[in-house]
Amino acid sequence: MKQINAILEGVGSVVQLLFRSLSYTGSLPRQGARFIEQCYMIGYTTLPIVAILSFFIGTVLALEAGYAMQDFGAKEFIGSLVGLSMARELGPMMTAVLLAGRVGSAITAELASMKVYQEIDALTTMNIPAAKILVLPRLAAVLVMMPVLIVIANIVGWFGGSVVARYVSYVGISPQAYFAALRHYTKFKDVMNGMEKAEVFGFVVVLVCCDIGLNTRGGPREIGAAVTRGVVVSLILILVLDYFVTKILL
Amino acid sequence: METSCSKTRNPFTGAEANAVGVKVDGVSKTYAGTEVLSNISFDVLPGEIFVLMGPSGSGKSVLLRQIAGLELPTVGTVRVDGQDPSLEETRDRVRLALVFQAGALFNSLSVYDNLALYPREHRSGTEASIRERVMHALRILSVEDAVSKFPSELSGGMKKRVSIARALVMEPQLLLYDEPTSELDPVMSATISEIIATLKNEYSVTSIVVTHDRSLALTIANRVGILMDGKLITLGTPKELAATKDPALVDFLYPKIDIQNPRFKKLENQKTS
Ligand SMILES: Nc1ncnc2c1ncn2[C@@H]1O[C@H](COP(=O)(O)OP(=O)(O)O)[C@@H](O)[C@H]1O
Ligand SMILES: [Mg+2]
Repeated sequence: MKQINAILEGVGSVVQLLFRSLSYTGSLPRQGARFIEQCYMIGYTTLPIVAILSFFIGTVLALEAGYAMQDFGAKEFIGSLVGLSMARELGPMMTAVLLAGRVGSAITAELASMKVYQEIDALTTMNIPAAKILVLPRLAAVLVMMPVLIVIANIVGWFGGSVVARYVSYVGISPQAYFAALRHYTKFKDVMNGMEKAEVFGFVVVLVCCDIGLNTRGGPREIGAAVTRGVVVSLILILVLDYFVTKILL
Repeated sequence: METSCSKTRNPFTGAEANAVGVKVDGVSKTYAGTEVLSNISFDVLPGEIFVLMGPSGSGKSVLLRQIAGLELPTVGTVRVDGQDPSLEETRDRVRLALVFQAGALFNSLSVYDNLALYPREHRSGTEASIRERVMHALRILSVEDAVSKFPSELSGGMKKRVSIARALVMEPQLLLYDEPTSELDPVMSATISEIIATLKNEYSVTSIVVTHDRSLALTIANRVGILMDGKLITLGTPKELAATKDPALVDFLYPKIDIQNPRFKKLENQKTS
């Protein structure tokens, strides 16, 4: 019962923060510097690791697909398999997981520390809403950066698959054949589909991590606890949302 | 400090600012079953300097948080200029600044940006005029050298001064200070007293000052309240307080160091045994 209450309270707090932040949307043009700083933070911290991870996901997908399909003589379809699973599911999912780990944790830590050291209180007495200058620029930045990260994840992942397809002996299909299959079965719609998913994940991760950071209570020890909570809640939400968003988008 | 402006005018923009009063009415505050403030009532008149003293842990900072509207009292009400200070509308209308005990500077911003944040966000003035205001405030507190430093590069006393400067830039009508001189040398403490007095005399700024500094309290205060264990045990002018015979107050205001105190004896015994 207590847990259910806590969850409902958390949802309420997140929704409130969302509406409060959105009510300041008009101030965004004047917050250009903050927005760009956040874009940089989100892009810069996640891009390298997204690229590395996507490459290896692409290779593993191709390996598994090649292994499973070699008996059917359907190896040409590896490209389509890697293309679709990367674009529709693994790209958005893994990028969101990495975002939670790198960006979500950093956001929670920063806002929790601002809360604990009374910087948020100082903002309140100055009548400068935290939702306006701390949350809104981050939400806007993640919406802009997520598609960029997804495009890179997809391209690198597809490329990783082609490398395996070409050089692993039991697969051994040419990049031309691989990409032909990939292009034939992976439509623009599929990429867009994955991108919409990623936008939802990224937005929710940033919003939830902001909320958890801003609601930190107590001393500096609580900063660490808040970060853990932020990441765990983000990961759970990504997995749960994945099902529902996929169902809606199908 | 420059004091060339005429009365009730703002030190930086010259804007008219009317003095605001504070009414604390039956305020109690309970955290998780522990009563930290109990049934506190007093008024601070517009343009008055009200000093709050009391042993550490007596609830002074908590009381300031209720007055600033950062928390709501468990029982009772606080009114600033007749309105609830926790409402955004009130803070929109009445400029209220709080100098936090630990400074509460924005760690990710330089000293300059810490001070410029308020006028920038509230779009008061051009960047050039904001710069002038910021530098003026830093000069008053002799911390202009720190302008491009970050809070982590400042000493405790410098942080305190920067946070007072940040409050000045807000051109507050009501200024709450939480132990403004606790980390400062005597010369700087005297400067702070001057600032508080000048803001009152020239600009009708209402001040509530929490301090342990008896000489600061007795020189600048119009009235002094003493808080002990969350209760306001006395309230009066500095004269009345200096003449008090109440043993609890005398002990607090003029503490004696007693090396014959049995507490110290105990320590020594422990050391030898
Ligand atoms: N957020 C809080 N939660 C629980 N107890 C608190 C909180 N803030 C202050 N207290 C308690 O209230 C009492 C008064 O604290 P404070 O107002 O900071 O004292 P001081 O007079 O030294 O400023 C202390 O016993 C402190 O432990
Ligand atoms: Mg205190």
